[in-house]
Amino acid sequence: MTDLNDVQPDQAATSPLDDTVRAEMAEIIARYPEPRSALLPMLHLVQSHQGYVTPEGIELCAEVLGITEAEVAAVATFYTMYKRRPVGEYHVGVCTNTLCAVMGGDAIWDDLSEYLGVGHDETTEDGKISLERVECNAACDYAPVMVVNWEFMDNQTPESARELVDRLRAGEEVASTRGPRVCTWKQAERVLAGFPDGRATEGVAAGPASVVGLELAHENGWTAPEGGQRELGGSTK
Amino acid sequence: MTVTLTPVLTARWDQADSFTLRNYEKADGYKALRRALQRKPEDIVEMVKDSGLRGRGGAGFPTGMKWSFIPKDSAKPTYLVVNADESEPGTCKDIPLMMADPHVLVEGVIITSYAIGAKHAFIYVRGEVLHVFRRVMNAVAEAYESGYLGQDILGSGFDLDVVVHAGAGAYICGEETALLDSLEGRRGQPRLKPPFPAVAGLYASPTVINNVETIASVPSIVSGGAEWFRSMGNEKSPGYGIFSLSGHVTKPGQYEAPLGITLRELLDLAGGIRNGHELKFWTPGGSSTPMLTAEHMDVPLDFEGMAGAGSMLGTRALQIFDDTTCVVRATARWIEFYKHESCGKCTPCREGFWWMVQILERLEKGEGTEADLDKLLDMSDNIAGRSFCALADGGVAPVVSSIQYFRDEYIAHFEHGGCPFDPAASTLFAQELGAKA
Repeated sequence: MTDLNDVQPDQAATSPLDDTVRAEMAEIIARYPEPRSALLPMLHLVQSHQGYVTPEGIELCAEVLGITEAEVAAVATFYTMYKRRPVGEYHVGVCTNTLCAVMGGDAIWDDLSEYLGVGHDETTEDGKISLERVECNAACDYAPVMVVNWEFMDNQTPESARELVDRLRAGEEVASTRGPRVCTWKQAERVLAGFPDGRATEGVAAGPASVVGLELAHENGWTAPEGGQRELGGSTK
Repeated sequence: MTVTLTPVLTARWDQADSFTLRNYEKADGYKALRRALQRKPEDIVEMVKDSGLRGRGGAGFPTGMKWSFIPKDSAKPTYLVVNADESEPGTCKDIPLMMADPHVLVEGVIITSYAIGAKHAFIYVRGEVLHVFRRVMNAVAEAYESGYLGQDILGSGFDLDVVVHAGAGAYICGEETALLDSLEGRRGQPRLKPPFPAVAGLYASPTVINNVETIASVPSIVSGGAEWFRSMGNEKSPGYGIFSLSGHVTKPGQYEAPLGITLRELLDLAGGIRNGHELKFWTPGGSSTPMLTAEHMDVPLDFEGMAGAGSMLGTRALQIFDDTTCVVRATARWIEFYKHESCGKCTPCREGFWWMVQILERLEKGEGTEADLDKLLDMSDNIAGRSFCALADGGVAPVVSSIQYFRDEYIAHFEHGGCPFDPAASTLFAQELGAKA
């Protein structure tokens, strides 16, 4: 493993926070009644350009919003998705909250961490993969669950997890098990700043576990009672 | 009456591209909005009150009543904020809803905003679900293009702007006042109540905060009527809800049913506990709801039923664990979660869970004593009810309930000199690992 500050230049490369970024920040601020509400998406935007929340990014957010750097740093350090050091091009999370842990998340974590030679919040030497033990990601019916750049990888095993990171490191195109093609960390952060990437319609509407009850209802002819076209009570305006 | 499922919110999830505006409109989407805009806002509030809809985010507060707390004569604007920060361990219903059918949420947002007089609404989606965020953003963009959002919606004279906002990783932001602080660009820390958000919420203005499933239920209530909604469920817990089964069950997944269904009935539908094993413990509504055991399989899964059994309905997040699972390990892991997610504002929560983790770690390793169990219970008393928000109360739930039902198993750990369970046996791939099970 390597210290995150020593990753190779390619992955640590940051693009400058220039006038384009300032214009994007202005665009974010315009969405809200009060400017400071823009801070969380602005920090996502900083990560999309620089890979993590850099001191330069903190300075710019403070300047643009007219608040202190300490106020920005206080926010940036509160939330786990904001990184203080560069992460991998593919940030891989393994859910080790109770249910996923019991269902195999702990075994996946142990195996993958050993296989990659990195621990929690550490990055491989090639800068491709960073690992994080993540908390419940709201996909418990697909346990054990992993995420890559915050896309779902459902029903994993130690073997499938190794194969996944091998493919990511080899530069192969990888798709979420019920979502789109996985983008890079920086691209994902740009979407979270509120700039769409055109992938919203990729992937299925719902994964298999999401529709298991609906399919059972279809098989048995169960439906909710007829809603009818009952008129609303009360007077018309 | 035989048990049947009642897909309303989940009804469109199996259709290809159900998340597009075109397909939502084909399934009569946005008709409820047209109907609602013909009526006075207060009629919509009355209708939701009459339906008896209770908040689907865990607390079960009557939705129509919450809306009616918004002052009529406020000089400040009114806001609607949708809590889409689904993070409670075990809870996994809002995420698939927004992925498969984001327009029902958007339609609910517009109707609700009209009812409460909001011209600005926010959907606060947790950040760690990228594709869900894309789908909701896309649905809002489509709604703008078709005149369902923006100025003079469908010629009604009603204006509404909706912002889709990504969180950045903090369980506490699911707590409504912490969410508001977060949405204001601050650390997500809970506020002291009162004042309640209806009076001083976002930007100290009147604000309604509702869960995704609550808001998504509104269009069907407008279409079907309050009586129709009440024809499902029971008097105090009317309507349908999504029940999320996870863990050691044959067919985990989402089952939409009238409130009041039982775990036994749901397990029958889901093919039972996985082959060769028995139910050991389960949570009715996420890790913050006290765990229950096989003796509670016939208790109605509604607000009163679960309260009567000493637990809570919560978010209907049924995490199911069989006889291979060590309850000490499960509890220790949950407390690590609460320790990690405590926002640090209140001392009992910040310090208490930190200490509890250490005690549970040594108990799990078989190095604890019976006095540790009493200490855990004493600490629970000093954490719950002594902090600003419900994270503290929820966090002690697994400790207190696991000691209540499985004290002997804790003792077995230190009598055995370690955990008597094989963790490999509890995994989904147990056989490949050559587990003893």
